[in-house]
Amino acid sequence: MRHILSLLLENEAGALSRVAGLFSARGYNIESLTVAPTEDPTLSRMTIVTSGSEEVIEQITKQLNKLIDVVKVFDLNEGNYIERELMLVKVRAEGKDREELKRTADIFRGRIIDVTDRTYTIELTGPRDKLDAFLDAIDRSQILETVRTGASGIGRGEWVLRV
Amino acid sequence: MRLTGAEITIQCLQEEGVEFVFGYPGGAVLYIYDALFNQDKVKHILVRHEQAALHAADAYARASGRTGVALVTSGPGVTNAVTGIATAYMDSIPMVIISGQVPTPAIGLDAFQEVDTVGITRPCVKHNFLVKHVDELASTIKKAFYVAASGRPGPVLVDIPKDVSQHIAEFVYPKSVSMRSYNPVTKGHSGQIKKAVQMLMEARRPMIYVGGGVILGNAAEQLTKLVRDLGFPCTNTLMGLGAYPGTDPQFVGMLGMHGTYEANLAMQHCDVLLAVGARFDDRVIGNPQHFFSENRRIIHVDIDPSSISKRVRVDVPIVGNVADVLEEMQKLVNAATARPDATALKDWWKQIGEWRGRDCLRYDRTSNLIKPQYVIEKLYEVTGGDAIVTSDVGQHQMWAAQYYKFDKPRRWLNSGGLGTMGFGLPAAMGAQMAFPEATVACVTGEASIQMCIQELSTCKQYHLPVKIVNLNNRYLGMVRQWQQILHGNRYSESYMDALPDFVKLAESYGHVGVRIENPADVEPALREAFALKDRVVFMDFMTDQTENVFPMVKAGQGLTEMLLGAEDL
Repeated sequence: MRHILSLLLENEAGALSRVAGLFSARGYNIESLTVAPTEDPTLSRMTIVTSGSEEVIEQITKQLNKLIDVVKVFDLNEGNYIERELMLVKVRAEGKDREELKRTADIFRGRIIDVTDRTYTIELTGPRDKLDAFLDAIDRSQILETVRTGASGIGRGEWVLRV
Repeated sequence: MRLTGAEITIQCLQEEGVEFVFGYPGGAVLYIYDALFNQDKVKHILVRHEQAALHAADAYARASGRTGVALVTSGPGVTNAVTGIATAYMDSIPMVIISGQVPTPAIGLDAFQEVDTVGITRPCVKHNFLVKHVDELASTIKKAFYVAASGRPGPVLVDIPKDVSQHIAEFVYPKSVSMRSYNPVTKGHSGQIKKAVQMLMEARRPMIYVGGGVILGNAAEQLTKLVRDLGFPCTNTLMGLGAYPGTDPQFVGMLGMHGTYEANLAMQHCDVLLAVGARFDDRVIGNPQHFFSENRRIIHVDIDPSSISKRVRVDVPIVGNVADVLEEMQKLVNAATARPDATALKDWWKQIGEWRGRDCLRYDRTSNLIKPQYVIEKLYEVTGGDAIVTSDVGQHQMWAAQYYKFDKPRRWLNSGGLGTMGFGLPAAMGAQMAFPEATVACVTGEASIQMCIQELSTCKQYHLPVKIVNLNNRYLGMVRQWQQILHGNRYSESYMDALPDFVKLAESYGHVGVRIENPADVEPALREAFALKDRVVFMDFMTDQTENVFPMVKAGQGLTEMLLGAEDL
């Protein structure tokens, strides 16, 4: 099953490689990983999307907690959460396709952020499924380039992950 | 007090009460060696290869319970040390490794003797640090010692660039450490402990399975009392030998791939299993599916949550320091009115007695060749069972584990997790440094010993009178055994032609060498050797080339699917 893990870790050189190294060394799946400093510059927040049986996810959580630089680990799947990913897509947009692409982007609440007479660059945010659906909705041959950030996640409601 | 980084490093070691540093100098650590030269509190032991520095520091830690310290230079100094670091990591040994690094402005420019030390060692250390500024040096070393020895222990590396060791800072050694990201649990959960004791009292076929965690956690005494009070059978893992006394009637021997018949069967057929400081690894329980073909309830006590339910699902997990948890269990056992069913327990012991009756460690005592098992039995007798025994890896290691009865913890030092050939001799040095008066024996084979044989020179320099028991079968014995049993007798590259004359070799290093070729000479040779208190004696026993280690559970098979002897092949 797909799980989203939220981590707080020391914002120190090498912390990212410890986490990434753990996943490769122990053969855990990793779908995406995002990391950036928080409002407290000594802390980074990381979101890891992974998959595995309950036993494997439990081991991943324990192994992450064992890393000295990791302050807290939380499996967002244990409660309600919001997941967002940012995608930038550059598409071939010529002739009658220009209007159709604009319409599709609007339907997905995307924004066109760069335009040339032959291309659009579209910005989209949402959960993974929505971004996948957008790519499925347009003609694949029109896609020139896609850039995705991987998911960031946060718990719903009053619940917060902090030190 | 304003000091250079090098002086700060040595001051920190003094503050930590470090007696010995095992190391090897080089360009990047010259300032640190200069600072060592100007003091006499911390003694440096100059090894002949960095791998040996790590093993010696590691065994010093295993034998004494104190944190071992090694010092190596950048580049090849570190890469040579990696095997030793990984060895300590797999067996959870508290160590601090100080490594030199090229000066900070040169990092990343492929400088001479530069290697990404933090990157290379990351998967085999508990933690590591690159010190980028001299102001952070003292607090980093303080953290390193704290992390290495607390929680589940392990090696911690501090990488110090050459310019950092040269720069000057005000030296203040922190009194304490607080890390928001590292707070190891010590006390076990009381509710869980209560549940565990209740489960033990309900047991009809109980079993206690004890690993190296009990030795590392200094809990052998608490464990022994609890096991005796309960009257349950107890087995030790390879790493746990000595945690429960090897000569005690409740001890059913080591378990696992080369464990005793009775230990493996009791492990499989018990109805309540108490695992303490052990991790159900592949060499211990064999095939996990087979292990689960019998129903049993499992209580698992360990300081590392990630060791629990890793390979085997347990019913009552208890995370905590084993000594504390065992003490709390003892209190509940003392206060309990319920006791395990005496008739059921009697029947269980009767069953175990029948299994014991197989006498799985018997071997041919009439052979006119030297049987390796016989050498270990005699070693046990001659040393009164009171030696610190180190070993390398292979058949000799298993025979030492099976036939030397360890009654006390920290007397059996071997590379259990990583299985590092070359560990034995430098480990013997480290143990002898920790206990100069102790009898230290290194049980080895002609293949393993050659992996760190250069350390005979270190033994000479520091007058370390270790005794080397070389079980010489002219084969990579364990490889040969697997090739015989699993690969149709195809002995691919497991025969060693052109061995050195070990007697002359020992003599050339200034030691005593002796070759033993007849069973009748085994005991006299051992007696003579151990009587030479102040000399290294290299005993080269020419043993039966075809002897195999039994019992044996083939890799991937179930714990009870044992080969008991040549007749089972």
